[in-house]
Amino acid sequence: MNGDKIIEINSLTKDFKDLRAVNSLNLNVFEGDVFGFLGPNGAGKSTTIRMLLSLIKPTEGSIKLFGKTLQKNRIDILKRIGAIVEKPDFYGYLSAYKNLEILGKISGKEISRKRIMEVLELVGLSKRYKSKVKTFSHGMKQRLGLGQALLHNPDLIILDEPTTGLDPQGMKEIRDLILHLSKVEKKTIFLSSHILYEVELVANRMTIINKGTTKVEGYVQDLLNAKKLKVSFEVNDEDRTNNLLAQSDWINKLESQAKTIFMFSLENDEIAYLNKYLVENGIAVSAVVPTRSLEDYFLKITDEVA
Amino acid sequence: MLTLVQIELYKIFKKWRTYIGFIAIGTLVPIIHVAMYFSGSHSLNRMTEDIQSSFFLVGNLLNGFFVSYFIMMSLVVHIPFLITLVAGDLLAGEASAGTYRMLITRPISRTQIVSSKFLAGIIYTSLLIIWLAFTSLVLGTIILGTGELLVTNNQGIIVFAKDDILWRFLCAYLYAALAMSVVASLAFLFSALVENAIGPIISTMAVIIVFLILSAIPVEFIQSIKPFLFTSYLLDWMLMFKDPIDYMEILTSVSILLTHVIVFYFLALFIFKRKDILT
Repeated sequence: MNGDKIIEINSLTKDFKDLRAVNSLNLNVFEGDVFGFLGPNGAGKSTTIRMLLSLIKPTEGSIKLFGKTLQKNRIDILKRIGAIVEKPDFYGYLSAYKNLEILGKISGKEISRKRIMEVLELVGLSKRYKSKVKTFSHGMKQRLGLGQALLHNPDLIILDEPTTGLDPQGMKEIRDLILHLSKVEKKTIFLSSHILYEVELVANRMTIINKGTTKVEGYVQDLLNAKKLKVSFEVNDEDRTNNLLAQSDWINKLESQAKTIFMFSLENDEIAYLNKYLVENGIAVSAVVPTRSLEDYFLKITDEVA
Repeated sequence: MLTLVQIELYKIFKKWRTYIGFIAIGTLVPIIHVAMYFSGSHSLNRMTEDIQSSFFLVGNLLNGFFVSYFIMMSLVVHIPFLITLVAGDLLAGEASAGTYRMLITRPISRTQIVSSKFLAGIIYTSLLIIWLAFTSLVLGTIILGTGELLVTNNQGIIVFAKDDILWRFLCAYLYAALAMSVVASLAFLFSALVENAIGPIISTMAVIIVFLILSAIPVEFIQSIKPFLFTSYLLDWMLMFKDPIDYMEILTSVSILLTHVIVFYFLALFIFKRKDILT
């Protein structure tokens, strides 16, 4: 945790008629965090973000941003936030420049032409600043979306699935930009995603939500490098491996076996020892694949939704 | 607030649909003028044949004023349609384009958003009426010249002197702008309820047409509700062409129309402030 609480959500609930989209959600984001807000599609991420930005009203619970209640200090709070909510949509009949100029005029700060061009340069659209947005590809709109979020130099940047629809190069550019904003410009970033890998690459803290409820929250490193790993060893000789394991304590760590693939529950530093033990006893190990428990867990809840 | 209104007007006038109204008026009105120039005397004779047996009509009665008066009659059905094209799109257009999200996540209140859009809609409506006035009166007097204005109404036949007409037209256009603002406000209210612009356009036109049909049915009960239908006051600009002018009647009509504008605005504001933005 780096500093003050920037986002503080307590018991947040949102009902849409019979559907409870967000259910007593609690969450804290601290100054300087790149906070990963992870969950499968339909987990309640966008609904939470919409409540954070006052697009929809919570059924219950409270939201504080920068230590102030959102409901009572909406305008002061929004001056300090830049956001992309789901797919970025613009006035297609206006140019990229004009869209940013309009949004700049209502951002609560004086936005100069120079600043608009700086932002367009930052997101790689300076050469297309005169083009009407309706001629832009999805990726270009996504980058312009990021541009409008950064326009007024906000303290908190909320990004709802910012890499959706981008090619691998575009995804990398967005990730690099997020890291730049965090490390160089010291922004607090709230990044929603349904891809664990994406969060892992940029976030320092994260939460996983499903069915509107927090499932896991903590530091990314702690959560992803949890002590117990599931590790599969693929060997050349099933019977000899079984005999060898039976003669040692490693048998206690064996979780399952499918022919020549042995699945162990190991601590990180035990992987090398087990590998050494097998190899020194004449077993050829052709693959060692560690699977992190969080990844497993996330895949499991993602599969449940699918 | 002024910046917001400017932005809204900029957005309105950057859309193609905005110009449909101006193009329609700018095309139709000159056509009517030219048609009147070539065959208007025949039409005028037909319109006045009942009184020609008792009166001897002299002077240039087929003039720009007469045709402008004639064109204003189209206000009830045609101009509202042109107004709803823009007014119905003011809020719903943002919803269907998905731009609500960016607008509402900026540090401006929902009241400011609704008010600026509403004012921009009223300004657009007024500009359309000014355009109608310009094309009718200016083009009309250029093509057909000026003269006395012959009006038939429930007072009988009134002929206004040439120098007694222009101010009446100015008041009539002002009144028409207010009457059309009611239409714009209604379309704006419907626009706050839905997420595409077609709904408000159709709904507003449906309300106007139903009210007009109701007003035209000569049944006592239906006639008793006529004073409560705002469409009953849309053509009261004609009160400016009475002699003497009944100012109380005009004031009553203006008050009723203004009340409608205010009520529709506050209803739209009430709905929008409680609306969850899900688009």
